[in-house]
Amino acid sequence: MAAHSAVLSMSKIIKPFWGGHLGNTVKVFGTTLTSHRNKSSLTRENIPPPAKYGGRHTVTLIPGDGIGPELLNHVREVFRFSCVPVDFEVVHVNSAVETEDDINNAITAIRRNGVALKGNIETKHTMAPSVKSRNNLLRTSLDLYANVMHCQSLPGVQTRHKNIDIMIIRENTEGEYSSLEHESVSGVVESLKIITRNNSLRIADYAFKLAREKGRRRVTAVHKANIMKLGDGLFLQCCREVASGYPDITFDSMIVDNTTMQLVSKPQQFDVMVMPNLYGNVVSNVCAGLVGGPGLVPGANYGHVYAVFETATRNTGKSIANRNIANPTAMLLASCMMLDHLKLYDHASSIRNAILNTMNETRLHTADIGGQGTTSEVVQTIMRFIQSKGQLTSEY
Amino acid sequence: MTARSVRSLSGALKPLFSNRCPGVYGAASCNQRQKSTYTPPPARYGGRHTVTLIPGDGIGPELGNHVRELFRFCCVPVDFEVVNVDSSVASEDDINNAIMAIRRNGVALKGNIETNHNLPPSYKSRNNLLRTTLDLYANVMHCQSLPGVRTRHRNIDIMIIRENTEGEYSSLEHENVPGVVECLKIITKTKSLRIADYAFRTARAKGRRRVTAVHKANIMKLGDGLFLECCKEVASGYPEITFDSMIVDNTTMQLVSRPQQFDLMVMPNLYGNVVSNVCAGLVGGPGLVPGANYGEDYAVFETGTRNTGKSIANRNTANPTAMLLASCLLLDHLKLHAYASMIRRAILSTVSETRLHTADLGGQGSTSEVVQSIMNAVQSTGPQTLSI
Repeated sequence: MAAHSAVLSMSKIIKPFWGGHLGNTVKVFGTTLTSHRNKSSLTRENIPPPAKYGGRHTVTLIPGDGIGPELLNHVREVFRFSCVPVDFEVVHVNSAVETEDDINNAITAIRRNGVALKGNIETKHTMAPSVKSRNNLLRTSLDLYANVMHCQSLPGVQTRHKNIDIMIIRENTEGEYSSLEHESVSGVVESLKIITRNNSLRIADYAFKLAREKGRRRVTAVHKANIMKLGDGLFLQCCREVASGYPDITFDSMIVDNTTMQLVSKPQQFDVMVMPNLYGNVVSNVCAGLVGGPGLVPGANYGHVYAVFETATRNTGKSIANRNIANPTAMLLASCMMLDHLKLYDHASSIRNAILNTMNETRLHTADIGGQGTTSEVVQTIMRFIQSKGQLTSEY
Repeated sequence: MTARSVRSLSGALKPLFSNRCPGVYGAASCNQRQKSTYTPPPARYGGRHTVTLIPGDGIGPELGNHVRELFRFCCVPVDFEVVNVDSSVASEDDINNAIMAIRRNGVALKGNIETNHNLPPSYKSRNNLLRTTLDLYANVMHCQSLPGVRTRHRNIDIMIIRENTEGEYSSLEHENVPGVVECLKIITKTKSLRIADYAFRTARAKGRRRVTAVHKANIMKLGDGLFLECCKEVASGYPEITFDSMIVDNTTMQLVSRPQQFDLMVMPNLYGNVVSNVCAGLVGGPGLVPGANYGEDYAVFETGTRNTGKSIANRNTANPTAMLLASCLLLDHLKLHAYASMIRRAILSTVSETRLHTADLGGQGSTSEVVQSIMNAVQSTGPQTLSI
């Protein structure tokens, strides 16, 4: 397993740099790589991780920076309280050092366990440009190609727009986030935005499959193909190809500037949206803002083999760290998504119900949604809800 | 005139040659450029200005006509030289004619020219060609909550300054390996310094207290890192203005929850596109906000969000406010301030009347009603007008 994964990760890292130049090398590595990939893609589903012993799952936990550590402690607290059969393997990643050992350890741990829950790891601007974003490294090494964010208006939260229910599927590994930049002429920087047919087909396929599974009627591709004709044109073409295989789902496309404008005036028109990396970043943040802010929406990163869960807008929240005012909802809902992924549906729904009930109580709202509640109050209330439902819980 | 054409020639050549041979061409251009500060375009004869008008596609032609109607009614000393650009042909003659006309007149008012997706990728966006050839490096959009329009957010007053010629819109793409497309996003030091300088000068001129740079430097460290650095450099020369920066995803999230915190924003091309559309949506939609593209020598005015509005073309339902406010910006640029404020006042009073709101604002008014009402408002304020 280790050897295969090493080859896999090696060729993935080499691939974007060498592209077609070392075509032969790619083929050599590629044979091992493709056969492995095809095998797991044939099953076409995210296999539950086998890190299960005695009925208890092991999940990697990466605390990250800012509010990550405290929120993840709350997650562990809630899980322990509800007797969820999940053990966390904590892996720390220090964002202040330049070596990649920490993040590589984290990646190995995730390969071992198959599932992870993470806080955001800060990317310091003051460090050299060769220090890549740790979050990005994690996503590309594990090939977590689909970032799924489900934005729903929560009943207890007052927002300017109501009845929003948008699913955003964002390509997570290529696009503008390829971290390939160079300065050929001094004072002129070229950033490469890579769009490949394979990845575009893959994400489009994921989007349509998910839409079908969840009973969604309409998929909108967001792009800027009037300007980036080849790049986003390719993405759009791939989406159209895949759409032709799903006649029950309506497919349309919209340019990203129009999309953002429509989102702020009439977000109810959108159902499922699929898009490349950067537009996904912007659109998902706009939607998160529309439903109530970064503290409410969970996000999931899925690959063929691994899954990593985190808050959708990936904020470190440095300014509110350790002050007991962060909103734990996003992280807790992300942990519920993780439980769903591990097929522990009962635990997932009980915790989710408790969270949604707690959201209804306005006096408990934290600062980001306009209240004055503290994180610990919210978590205590959630635990009380779980207890009141009568399920097995441990003593306080 | 010759000096100007030398300037414009080097202006067009500069991005291509940039650092390689600045000496030879640069000498002639440097002297000329440093000598003159920006002067109003000389296309003035007998006290009347000539302005290029590019109708474009969709709702452009009808709105351009309304502008002309209104100008004629208010006796504005502006004559329009109409240049049509056909978006369905592949040759670049039309757009080159338009560019030449703008060079001649110095100022233009344009509708959006459609970029047909069905034409091959070698066919560049006409609007983009126009902007890069004329080096209209700053796109300025002023989003203000209008009193008569009900929106979810109030008291928005944001100025967005967007780099208009480079960034993601360089149209440089290639497919080295089949199935893998590389798009180049170019950020240069000179252009970033230029746009930052423009932003701070504008902030100072308009009495703005705070400039926010929008970027994604945590991912695009070299590219947006360079942009951010340039902004910081320029900021150090303007100590009375606060400078801060924000990542684009956080910016869009803050914009939908608390847009009142923003004052003036400066950013590269693509983020500018998204952020300006979000702001336009926040203040009431694409029909209300005018946009201006400024270069060293030329200025082109259009609607802020650059929509063709194909689906509502020729149905008398388009909102003329954006185009008319853009024409007021044009009049301000030509230093015809009295006319500009007169028309602007009339437009704002008309927008306050809810029964005249067009479909995009939730009403049922027609374009012609709105324009008539504006003309009535102008007439009632007293200055010389033609009889209707």
